[in-house]
Formats: sequence, C-alpha cells, structure tokens
Amino acid sequence: MLAFTLRRALQAIGVMIAVGIISFSMFRFAGDPVNQIVSIDTSAAERASIRQSLGLDDPVLVQFGRYLVNAAQFKFGVSYQFRQPVSTLLMERMPATLELAICATVLAMVFGILMGVYSALRRDTLLAKLFQAVSLIGISLPTFLIGILLIYLFAVTLGWLPSFGRGEVVRLGWWTTGLLTVSGLKALIMPSITLGLFQMTLIMRLVRAEMLEVLRTDYIRFARARGLTTRAIHFGHALKNTLVPVITVAGLQFGSVIAFAIITETVFQWPGMGLMFVQAVQNVDIPIMAAYLLMVSLIFVTINLVVDILYTIVDPRLRATISRPA
Amino acid sequence: MSVRHHLLAAISLAIVATTPVSAQTLRYANQGELKSLDPYTLKETTTIAHHGHVYEGLVARDKELKIVPALAESWETLSPTKWRFHLRKGVKFHNGDPFTADDVLFSAERVRAKGSNFLSNVPADAKFSKVDDYTVDVTLDSPNPILTSQWDGWYIMDKKWCEENNSIAPTPAAATTPSFASLHENGTGPFMIESHQPGVKTVFKANPNWWRKPEHNLKEIIFTPIGSDATRVAALLSGEVDVIEPVPIQDIQRVNSSGNASVMTGPEIRTIFLGMDMARDELLYSNIKGKNPFKDIRVREAFYKTIDVELIKNRVMRGLSTPSALMIAPQLYPLFKDFRRPKLDPDGAKKLLADAGYPDGFELTMDCPNDRYVNDAAICQAVVGMLARIGVKVNLLAQPKAQYFAKVLKPGGYQTSFFLLGWTPASSDSHNVLHDILGCRDDPKDSTRGEASLGGYCNKEVDALTDKVLVETDTAKRDQLIKQAYEIVIKDYGYIPLHQQGLAWGVSKKVKLTQRADNQVLLYWATKQED
Amino acid sequence: MSDAVVPDRTDSNAPSVRPDGGWFRRAFESDLFYSFRRSRLTMLAAAVTVLFFLLAIFASVLAVQNPFDPAQLQLMNSRISPLWTADGQSPFLLGTDEQGRDVFSAILYGLRISLTVGVLGVVLAGVLGITLGLIAGYVGGAVDSVIMRIADVQLTFPAILIALLVNGVAKSILGNRLDAMSTLVVLVIAIGLSFWVQYARTVRGSVMVEKNKDYVAAAQLIGLPAQKIMLRHVLPNTMGPILVIATINLALAIITEATLSFLGSGMPDTMPSLGTLIRIGNNYLFAGEWWIVAFPGLALAGLILSINLLGDWLRDALNPKLR
Repeated sequence: MLAFTLRRALQAIGVMIAVGIISFSMFRFAGDPVNQIVSIDTSAAERASIRQSLGLDDPVLVQFGRYLVNAAQFKFGVSYQFRQPVSTLLMERMPATLELAICATVLAMVFGILMGVYSALRRDTLLAKLFQAVSLIGISLPTFLIGILLIYLFAVTLGWLPSFGRGEVVRLGWWTTGLLTVSGLKALIMPSITLGLFQMTLIMRLVRAEMLEVLRTDYIRFARARGLTTRAIHFGHALKNTLVPVITVAGLQFGSVIAFAIITETVFQWPGMGLMFVQAVQNVDIPIMAAYLLMVSLIFVTINLVVDILYTIVDPRLRATISRPA
Repeated sequence: MSVRHHLLAAISLAIVATTPVSAQTLRYANQGELKSLDPYTLKETTTIAHHGHVYEGLVARDKELKIVPALAESWETLSPTKWRFHLRKGVKFHNGDPFTADDVLFSAERVRAKGSNFLSNVPADAKFSKVDDYTVDVTLDSPNPILTSQWDGWYIMDKKWCEENNSIAPTPAAATTPSFASLHENGTGPFMIESHQPGVKTVFKANPNWWRKPEHNLKEIIFTPIGSDATRVAALLSGEVDVIEPVPIQDIQRVNSSGNASVMTGPEIRTIFLGMDMARDELLYSNIKGKNPFKDIRVREAFYKTIDVELIKNRVMRGLSTPSALMIAPQLYPLFKDFRRPKLDPDGAKKLLADAGYPDGFELTMDCPNDRYVNDAAICQAVVGMLARIGVKVNLLAQPKAQYFAKVLKPGGYQTSFFLLGWTPASSDSHNVLHDILGCRDDPKDSTRGEASLGGYCNKEVDALTDKVLVETDTAKRDQLIKQAYEIVIKDYGYIPLHQQGLAWGVSKKVKLTQRADNQVLLYWATKQED
Repeated sequence: MSDAVVPDRTDSNAPSVRPDGGWFRRAFESDLFYSFRRSRLTMLAAAVTVLFFLLAIFASVLAVQNPFDPAQLQLMNSRISPLWTADGQSPFLLGTDEQGRDVFSAILYGLRISLTVGVLGVVLAGVLGITLGLIAGYVGGAVDSVIMRIADVQLTFPAILIALLVNGVAKSILGNRLDAMSTLVVLVIAIGLSFWVQYARTVRGSVMVEKNKDYVAAAQLIGLPAQKIMLRHVLPNTMGPILVIATINLALAIITEATLSFLGSGMPDTMPSLGTLIRIGNNYLFAGEWWIVAFPGLALAGLILSINLLGDWLRDALNPKLR
C-alpha cells in the first residue's frame, strides 16, 4: 500500500515537472513581453534595458532553471501587467474561482442526481424525456453561447440578475466570499449554471445508467423478494451504490471545471483566475500564464492522486490490478 | 500672513464640511485596468486620468483642455528661457505632509529619472531651482512656449513620503518587485485610494481636506475594469454601475433609449490614420518585387482618393466620427478650417494606378489592431473592401494590440507595409505630430524624430519647419509655420488621415459629469443624485 | 483490462465515450419503444447533418456572394435586417452584418470552415492516436510507459486549454506570416493534438486484449510481421469504438474551433467561421441587430446537436450488449 502510494506520488511529481517544462517553454516564446510593458513612445534603448532587467536575454536553460526553482517555492515572479507578485494575484483571485467551481459542482450534482434518478425510475414519462433533451442540449451548446443567452435573458431583458462580477464580497482572512451577501449570491447564479450545465449533463447520464444497471442486479431482486418497499430499494440500495462512481467522477471533473471556468469567467467578467489567465494571454503576461497552468495542473494531479489512493482503500481488489493510472 | 493662512484654511474647511449634504457612491467601469499607482510608470490616457483623482500637477487642464493653475497658483516668464512659478500655500498631501518647493524639485528629478515613462513631459534641459518654499524657477536652454502644456500629466509627489518609503526612484514599467509607490498613493488630489486590487477593484474615498472646493458630491468611487463590451453595457443598463467608458457605438442608441442611462458623445482628439511604407526599396509584404509601389506618389494618391471616409463614418462609425484632412484634431489647431480632404475619386485612382504601372493593381498585407481604437478592425475591413475596387488586393492582418504594436513599432523594426494607427499628441500640440509622426526617421542629431513614423515618410522641409515651430513664441507666426508643414505633407500624400473618433461615455441618468475631449474620465466633476 | 476499473478520466470536453466497458456503455439503456423513438430522432439528425454538409459543399453555388472576398462586400449594404422584416432587402435572406456581408452566405462559408477544421482535426487526432495506441499496446514496456505518460500529462489540461496553447505558440512562431489559410491549418493541428489521447487509450486497450488471443499468436507463428498483424487483424477489431469516438469528437472539435474563434484566437474576421461570426455578432446583440448572432448561433447549435445525436445512436448501435 505504501509502495503504491509512493509510486503514484512520484508519478504525480513527474507529471508536474513535465507540465513545468511545457508551460515554461511554450510561454517563453509567445510574444514579446517588453512591448506590453512600455508605452508607444518608449525609446529603443530603454526597451533593451527592460528586456535585460527581466532576464529575457539569458540562455533559455538558465531561465528555465530559475523558473523551476522559484515555482517550487510558489514564487512565480512578478506580473508584467500589474507589477505585483503573481502568487499574490493568484491568491486574490483563487477564492472567486474556487467558489464558482464548487457552486457549479454542487449544482451539477444535486440536479444531476435528481434528474438522473428520476429519468431512471420513470423512464417513459414526458419529464424524463425532457431531461434527456436538456442533457443533449447541455453538451451541444457551446458554453459561451449559453452564457450570452442567460445574460441577454435574465440580466438585460428581465433585469433580475446581475450580468457581471461577484457582487458584494465579505473578507474572511485571506478568503473572500460572495456567499454571505444577497448581491453576492445573486451574482453566483448565472455563472454557476453556465459552468455546471455540462457536469450536470454528465452526472445525470451517469446516474441514470448506474441506476438502471444496479436495479437489474440480483441483490435488488432479492431485496424485492424480501418485500422491502420500493422506496427503500431505490434510495437505500440502488442510489447508494450509484453514488460512489458519481462522487468519484465529480471529484475527477473538478480540475476541468476550474479550467473550463476560463470561458465562463470571460463571459461573466468573474474576477477569478480564469479571467486573469485570458487577460494574461491577451497581454502576453508570461508569469501569470505559466503560474496558472501549473496551478490548474497541480489541483488536477492532486485530486487524481487522492482519488486513486482512496479508491484502493475502498476497494482492496484494485491494489493488485492498478499498476498504472488508467 | 500665517493668521490669514489659517483663516483661509478654516473657511475652506467650513465650505467643504457644509456642501456635500448627502455624499454618494459612484460606480465606474472602464474597459482598461488600473495597474500601478506610481504616477510615473505608464503614460496612457486611462491611467493618467485615474492618477489625476489622487495626484495633482503644477498645472492642470480645465474642462475645455485649457492649461490652468493647479498646485502652481500663478507663473510668469522672466525671460524666454526663464519661468517663475508661485506655488499654492496650505496644500497638504493625504498623509498630512505640507506641499512645498522641495516636493516640486524632487518630482522634477524623479519624473526624469531612469524608469519613468514620462520623460518627455519635463524637458531634459529644464533646471529647477528653489527661490523660497513657495517659489520655483525653471531655466531652459532654448525657448519653449509649450512648457506648461507638456507638464499636464506630470504629477507632484511628496518628497518626504517617497524617501521614507524607499520610493525615490520611479517604478519602472519592468520592475520585478513592486515598489511601495506602485501599491500606495500620497497625493494632494480630491480623492484618496482606500483599497486597490489591480485588475479587480479600486476604491477611491473623497479627500475631506482638499484645498479646493469640490464640485462633486461623492463620498467614494468604486472602479471596476470590465473588458467585455457587452458586459459593460449590460452593467450600465441594469444599474450596477453609474458610468462606463467606452460605450461601443452600436449600443449608443440602445443605451439612450433605455430610460436609465444616456451616452455622452463628442469628438475625441485622437486622429486615426492610414500609413504606407515608403522607406524600404521593396515592400515586406507585397507581390511586387524589386520596387516599392508606395515610393510612387501616384500610388499614394490613388490610395488616398479611394478611401471613402464619409461612408466609413456613416456605416462603420454610425455617425460618431469626424472625417479629418489633418493629422491633428481641429480642437488642437485653430487653422484646421483651411484644409480640405482631396475629393474621393475611385475612377481617377484606378487611372493613377495604371499610370504608375499597376493597371491590374497589386497585392499587399495590411496591419491593423483589433482592440485598440473604436471599431479598428471594422475600419480596416472597410478599407480592404474599398481598395479591392481599384484592383488592390489587401490581406488583412488584424491582431490584438500587444502583437500589433510589437510588430509595427520601432522596436519591432517597423515591420509593416500598410497600417492603421491612432495618435493623440501628448502635449496637445502640432509640434508633437510634426516631430514624432511626420519627421524623418534618420535624423542623426535627433534620434527620437520620426520615432512613430511607421511609414517612414520623410521630407527635410517639414523637419526644418518643425524645428522653427518649437522655438517660435509668437502664436500666430507659429500657426503659420505649422500650416506650411502640414501643406507639404498633404501634397506628398505622406499619410491618409481618416477621422477623429468619437467619445462615448455611458452615464446613468442620476449622474452629471463633464466630458473632456482627451477622453480622460474625471469624476471630480461628477455629481450624483441620491439613490 | 485494469483500465476499466477506475472510472474514466477523460476531461469534460470529451465525455461521452467509454467503449471498452465503462459506465458509458450502459448510459443508453434502451428498451424497444425508446429505441424506436430514438431512431426517428436519429433519422432526423442524420438528415440535418447531411443537409449541413451539403450546404457547406455547395456554398459557392447557393451563396449570393463570396463573403471572403472583400470586393464583393458593399459597405452601403451593411446592417440590413432579414428579408421578412420591415427593412429587409433582397437578396439578403438573413440580413447583413456591419461590413455588408450577407449573413446567409457567411453561414454557408462558415459551415464550410467549421466542418473542414472539425473533420481534418478529428482525422489528424485519429491517425495520431491510433498510431500511438497501436505502438503502445503492441510494443508495451518502456515505449508504452512513455506514450501513456505523455497522455497523462496531456489529460491534465482540457482540450480547449491545449488548443489555446498550440494556437498561441503557432501565432508567436508564425507571427507575421499567419494569414487566414495558415490559421486554418493551425486550428486543425491544435484540435488534432487536443483529441488524440482517447483514440490512443481505446486502441491500446483493444490491442492489449487482442494480442494475447490465439489468432495473433498463430499469426506470429507463421511469421507475419508485426505491422501486418496490427494493421490487418488488430486494428479492424477496434474500428467500431473508433468510429463512435470520431463522431462525438467531431462535435467537440467543432465546439472547440468555435470557442477559440469566439475568444479571438481562431479564424480572422475576414474569413469567418461560425464561432467568429458569433463573436462579431455578439457585439451587435444589444443594439437590436440580433440576426447577426442569432442565425450563426442556431446553425452551430443545430450542427453540433445533430452530430451528437448521430454519435449517441452509433454508440448504441455498435454496442452488441445493448442490442
């Protein structure tokens, strides 16, 4: 068990180093950061000295080494745009993104499970078919189109919900939350739906399929034979068995929810890491871009690692078979 | 003296205390962000306007862009090369430090130190000396009639505060560690910054001890950058913000008909123009090899006469632009009425091209930003369509400003054959245009001449006139010299000016404010009704 | 088949396929009635998909103008509303945009680009993924480890992020030489590099199963070379799942292209794809010029929806367990 955990942890570190190489080497060559910093009438000599002071003239390998050593200590340098340490900026933006991602995931799970259970148990009803249709639309409409549609409908036409930003936030230590104010909660609704719709679709389909599968198994038949109520069978046994894979998938998906927040945050001008990333790409702000990539990968790799280890604890049969990540 | 001084202070304090009956919170959104708080880091319109709420210069521009006294109460020219400035008394920085001549001398050093982006605001040859605590003399090597015009945007900092906080040197744009001054402010202006989250939110609080009677009735300004056009407009319409800049021109009508906000429009002093590479012997991006078609004046004339600025105004700019014959805005040059654009003549243009040896036209690439000026990419597309009619096939390369400027500006080696650019003369004066855009790039004595001349237009006669313009102190004579220079450029078809784009600020019905033609949103002139 | 035990780790951009026995196989349990309903829907979806392909192929015949040719755009004709509205003008069926570009023509040509990028991207991803999957599965050992580790790293990023990266890097390398045509190529490469992992994993899984079977051993015994065994015998066995992945990835590839173009990293305004049209049109939505965004948006949604329906049906039809 320890050996397995160690091996997986080593693999995770390997992945992170690979991501470090990719993120560094890609962004090192994307655009000229100097031009973004200076204004239109800065002299060429001054530009050269800026270039030098940023270390952009050093050999690439030196730049990479410096980058990796710093990154390991969460030192990502200073943003070219904001003249502030990237780690500070990321910390400032992270609560917004995490809050959005968590709300979207919770929303997706609650509605996904409810809709999935319903459409598994009442397969032929109109509502179940409607859910199926919604789920198909959920994966067929690009995120940005859904966002635009929601804003046009609920913010511009009806004026019910704010069209951008987080509303009023409350500061709790280094964390800022919009969950404690009315305007903050209102601001969360549309972005969470936009971001969560895809996951909801996924979870609904998964729950439906798992439920149908479980309901066909022998032990459910035995339970029925024993005379347990339908309710107890459905929710006490079938759903319970469904939830393990659902929670696993939701956990594994959390990393990509954070990454997908890029689009949602852009559409809703949500002041999170994703919006900062898009702005950084537009402004060729290398330190932010590189740090963002590393952060997302770190979150993703960590979740994968934890899930893998938990899985082997839950299901010892896997220990023998999992020799490499699926 | 000192008694009177205190009395005055007491009176002004009383006025301050009585006027804002109900102080309001104003929410303002701009498409651009406020990055560093150091007023010498970035010379860019929106940033300068933000800093103008907390910092002040010796001079300021009023609502009509005229230079008026600010921290300098008055000034006189003792000789053409010597100016004397009388400083305002009783002014305090936000931390309570008094404002004196030492701060002016310090700021004059700091703004010209390495790392400052405002080097050209204060001439290198200007020597500052302290006469007494409230009098400063400035000595120049040669006469400079536009000295105070250049000073607009140069804000005065507190010497003591900078020294105490290790911020004597300006924060260079490329600073790898943020300086104290880039995260904090200590100005003399009408607002103080309460909190600053770059790229997210900045909160300005009214300065209760400001030396001037405020025209605003605000207790705070909450600034948020909103990059997306649609989101910014939606925020205004739903009342989440009170003021936005800019309103995309296609949304002006909708905002105006919304009932809760309206759009303030007006001509901006930025001139949008097209330029052609006439410096190289062969164009970088064209199918014509071995020669440069733009070296032939007939080709330039043909291009000029093909571009229908009225159509661009009506269709692309929806009426919100002022077609221009000059490379400078009418507000900045009194003789603008003497100039007319050459008549639109696509048929004649086709003939000119044929005469020049291109009866079937030719191909070239056009560089264009797509997030810098009002509808920039759309204008370029329209230009491409117009040129297609005289047989010139243009491949449009429309890019975000970061990539665009990297390519076409001096550090990128002026890599362009045909481009669209916008220019606001920093000094609000023709000399800047003649020197930076219309000057020759290869002047051995003046390396900054023609720095922004991406097309490499060069006529030594223009340069000679430009040098005379700089030292001429007689306004009427000076305007005539400028006129001669502009006439030469037009005769050469050196550039194709298109228009001055329009300003469009979205303002809630609850808010009244003044719009200035340089597009600085200055909320110390704003009043807001009660919510 | 250890792979099947841990739930699938595909990113959210590539959700719906797990042909080698995950939960997706069961996702569309169907009784007869349901599958009947489905097949009617499928027929409709197939018809719509074919229609879209035909529209794209015959765009130049059907369109009233070539929206990519600036000489054919008249600024005078800009912002005309659709034909049936009060201000409509012939021949602009769905109205025109800011540049006087006919929206209907622009959709036809945009479809052409979206489908070209989508199909080529999926083909590239398929070739790349299948090749690497075959090699990994058949050779095994260190080669397998390296390939699958790369796949792991790649899976750390959602496809859209990878596509953004590839696109950004290409832009900075090509820079000045990046015209509309090369942007198209870059998009194809970006999508190809974003979607190969699924093919590789599927093929590898199948190869690992197949290579221990008797017929492969027999083939090896009679001295057939490895490539031949893989291409002639092992590969055909994986064709079903690959077809399913390809269909669903086509929809995802089209979404990815549209998203890139929407974010401004895709096709330029002078040669717009559906995503570019939506980005441009979105600016005019508040101005009441809804047709500039609405019709391209509908076309995109309709296209993806029908391809997705086809993909769902294909997955069920090719899955013997559900038949």
